[in-house]
Amino acid sequence: MSVQTPNGFQLDNAGRRIVVDPVTRIEGHMRCEVNLDENNVIRNAVSTGTMWRGLEVILRGRDPRDAWAFTERICGVCTGTHALTSVRAVEDALGIAIPENANSIRNIMQLTLQAHDHLVHFYHLHALDWVDVVSALQADPKATSALAQSISDWPLSSPGYFRDVQNRIKRFVDSGQLGPFMNGYWGSPAYKLPPEANLMAVTHYLEALDFQKEIVKIHTIYGGKNPHPNWLVGGVPCAINVHDTGAVGAVNMERLNLVSSIIDRTIEFIDKVYIPDLLAIASFYKDWTYGGGLSSQAVMSYGDIPDRANDNSAENQMLPRGAIVNGNLAEIHDVDLRDPEQIQEFVAHSWFTYKDESRGLHPWDGVTEPNFVLGPNTRGSKTRIEEIDEAAKYSWIKAPRWRGHAMEVGPLARWVIGYAKGIPEFKEPVEKVLTDLQLPVSALFSTLGRTAARGLEGSWAAHKLRYFQDKLMANIKAGDSSTANTERWDPKTWPKEARGVGTTEAPRGALGHWIVIKEGKIDNYQAVVPTTWNGSPRDPAGNIGAFEAALLNTPLVNAEEPLEILRTLHSFDPCLACSTHIMSPDGEELTRVKVR
Amino acid sequence: MNRAEPNILILGIGNVLWADEGFGVRVVERIARQYRFADPVRLLDGGTQGIYLVDQVRWADILVVFDAIDYGLPPGTVKLIEGDAVPKFMGAKKMSLHQTGFQEVLALAELLGEPPRHQLLIGVQPVDLDDFGGSLRPEVKAMIDPAIAAARTYLDRFAVAWLPADGTNTTRLDMPHEALDIAVYEAGRPSPEVACRIGDWRVLASRVNG
Repeated sequence: MSVQTPNGFQLDNAGRRIVVDPVTRIEGHMRCEVNLDENNVIRNAVSTGTMWRGLEVILRGRDPRDAWAFTERICGVCTGTHALTSVRAVEDALGIAIPENANSIRNIMQLTLQAHDHLVHFYHLHALDWVDVVSALQADPKATSALAQSISDWPLSSPGYFRDVQNRIKRFVDSGQLGPFMNGYWGSPAYKLPPEANLMAVTHYLEALDFQKEIVKIHTIYGGKNPHPNWLVGGVPCAINVHDTGAVGAVNMERLNLVSSIIDRTIEFIDKVYIPDLLAIASFYKDWTYGGGLSSQAVMSYGDIPDRANDNSAENQMLPRGAIVNGNLAEIHDVDLRDPEQIQEFVAHSWFTYKDESRGLHPWDGVTEPNFVLGPNTRGSKTRIEEIDEAAKYSWIKAPRWRGHAMEVGPLARWVIGYAKGIPEFKEPVEKVLTDLQLPVSALFSTLGRTAARGLEGSWAAHKLRYFQDKLMANIKAGDSSTANTERWDPKTWPKEARGVGTTEAPRGALGHWIVIKEGKIDNYQAVVPTTWNGSPRDPAGNIGAFEAALLNTPLVNAEEPLEILRTLHSFDPCLACSTHIMSPDGEELTRVKVR
Repeated sequence: MNRAEPNILILGIGNVLWADEGFGVRVVERIARQYRFADPVRLLDGGTQGIYLVDQVRWADILVVFDAIDYGLPPGTVKLIEGDAVPKFMGAKKMSLHQTGFQEVLALAELLGEPPRHQLLIGVQPVDLDDFGGSLRPEVKAMIDPAIAAARTYLDRFAVAWLPADGTNTTRLDMPHEALDIAVYEAGRPSPEVACRIGDWRVLASRVNG
C-alpha cells in the first residue's frame, strides 16, 4: 500500500522485505527493515531501537554531582560528551557559573572528541563502505604513490611505502585473521574505486588508527585519565600550575606545550590525509546521490562550543544553533530546550504508554512507562521478530519532534545551518568542496554530503582547538589560573527543588540531558540522544524520522549484499558500529542480513 | 629501556551498568584497592572502549584481560584462555556491548604491529547481563578473588611483584570514579518501585512468557 507522509515521503510496503539486524550495538541496539520494489529500490524503511534504557533507572535518588560518572558509561564512544552534558545540566539547574579557563578546557575536550571521533569514524567505520580492501591487494604501489602525491604533500607516499603496507595487509589476510576486514562485501559491483585509490585509503586507515592515539592524549592531560576522563560540576577537575610550585599532577607548562604540539599534528593529519582522501573517494561516487532524507528539509542543532563562558546566546555558540524546517534555508529558527512547545517526545509508535498518545511530552514532563505490544501484522514471535508491523508500536526509541517536525541532527545538520546562516567558516569550505568536485549545492543533501560535512567539521574542530588552546594560554599568562567555581558545591546552598537542561553537540548530533533535583538528590533525569532524533520511529501524524527518510528511493545493486543501506546508516555515525554482524560462539560470522 | 622488564597491562573490560557485564572492571578495581605495582605495570578499567584500547594493548608485552564471557558453562565458572586462542574467544557473545570491539582491538594490534607476546583471558560465565543499573550477581562476585589469584599465578612466570597497597600507588591506572565504586553503586540503586527496571525486549519478552 502506498501512502504519502506529512513530511513529504512516499512509502510503499508491498515489495520484498529485507532485515538488517543489528545495525549497531554499543549505544543502543538497532535494526532496520526495508521493502524493495521490483527494481530493488527501497520504497519503505523501518528503523527499530531494540533496547530501552532510561537514565532515571540508574540515577534517581543519587547525587547530581555524580551523574556525569554514570552517563559517561552509557556509551562506549562518546564518554566525555555525555559527561559534559550532564555537568552542564546540573550547573543550569543550580545557577552555577564556570570560570573562563574551565570553558576553554571543556571546549578543548569536546573539540578533541569531535576531531578524534570524526577521523576514527571515517576510516574505521565508514570508509570500508566505499573502499574495497581486497581490491587494494591488487593495486600497483607506483600508481598508488602517483595518486597520493597528486592530491596531498603528506610525506608518506612513496611506492615502497605503499608496497610495504600492501604486503603487511596481505600477510594479515592470508593468516586468516580478517579482524576488521571481516565485514566487507568485497568485490561487490557497488564499489567504484580503482585499486590504487583503495590501497591509498586502506593505508591511511592504518595510519589514522595509529595517529588517533596522539589526539586522545589531550583528554588524559585535561581529564586526568583516559578512557574515562574526570569532570566536575562547577568547572574542570584539573588545576593549572605554570610555575611548578603548586599541587602535584597540576597542568604545567610542559603539559600545555604538549597539547599545543598535538593540536598542530592533528590539524596537519586531518588537512593532509583525511580531507584529501575524502575528496578523492567522493570523486568516484559523484553519481551516488542517495541518502539525503530530511537533510534538505528539517535539520536542527542545539549549538555548542561557547566562545565565552556562561553565555548561552546563539551568537556565542561557535557551532551554530538553530532549526530549519520545510526546506526553507532562508529562515533559521532559534531552539529553546526549556519551551514545552518545542521539543516533545511522542510514543504512538514506541513501546511506551501515555494517557493521550496523540500528544507529545516535553522531557521535563517525560513519562517512561513501557508497553511492549506488537501489531497484528508482525511475523515471528515476541522473542524472535522476523518482520515488524510498523503500523503499530515498533521501537523502544521515542519519537522526539521539534514543533512537530521530525529533524535530522549531526554534522550535516550543523553544516547546513552554518551554511544557511552564511557563516564564512562553514559556507566557504562547503563551497570549495562543491566547486572542486564540480557538484551543485543539492549534492550536499546526501549520504556523501553527510560524510563530507563530518570531514569538514573534523578540520574545523582541529583549528578551533588551536583557538581555545591559545585563549587558555593567554588567560593563564594574564594571571588567571582558576578552573573551578565551588561556591555552590555544598548541597546546603541549593534550592529545595531545581530543574535544568544541559546540551552539547555530540559528534553525531544534538544531545540534551534534562534533570530535576529535589532535596539535593536526582528526582528525574531524561536524555534525548542524537540517535533518538535520527533513528526515531513515526509519530502520530505519520512523519518518518531521519534514518527512515534517508533510506528511501535508494537502489540496491544486490539485495543480498545491501551495502547501500549500511553506507547511509553509517553516515549518521549511529555509533562505533563494530557490530554490523552477529558472532557465533566459535567466532564465525553467523548472519548479517536476513533476506525474507 | 631494559627489555628484560616487559610491559604488563592488566585490563578489565565491560560495562558496570549492566550487571555481570561489569565483572572485568570490578576485578581491576579490587586489584587497585589491594595492591600496588612497580613500573611497568598498568592497571586499566577499559570500560566498553574499543579502538581506544588499541594503543594500550600495543604497549603491552604481556596482557591479562578480565571479562564476562559466554562460554556456555555453568554460571559463575571461571575459565582461562591463553595465547592465540584469546582473540577467537573474544567474539563469543551476542549480548555483550563490547566483545566484538575487543576482538577487533586485538586484531588491529596485530595488524598495526607490536601485539602482546603473551596474553591471558580470565573470563567468568555471567549469570545475568540484562539488568540495567544492576551489579554483579553473588556467584559472579565470588569469582573476583579466584580471578585475581589466577592472574597472580600467571604473572608469577614473569616475576611480577604484587605489593600491598599503601596509598602510594604510582602505577598508571584508570579506575572507576568513586561514585561508581561497587559498594556506592549498589547502595545507591533506585528501587524497582521508584524506577522501572525492564530493559531489553528479549528480557521483557521472557517476563511476558513467564
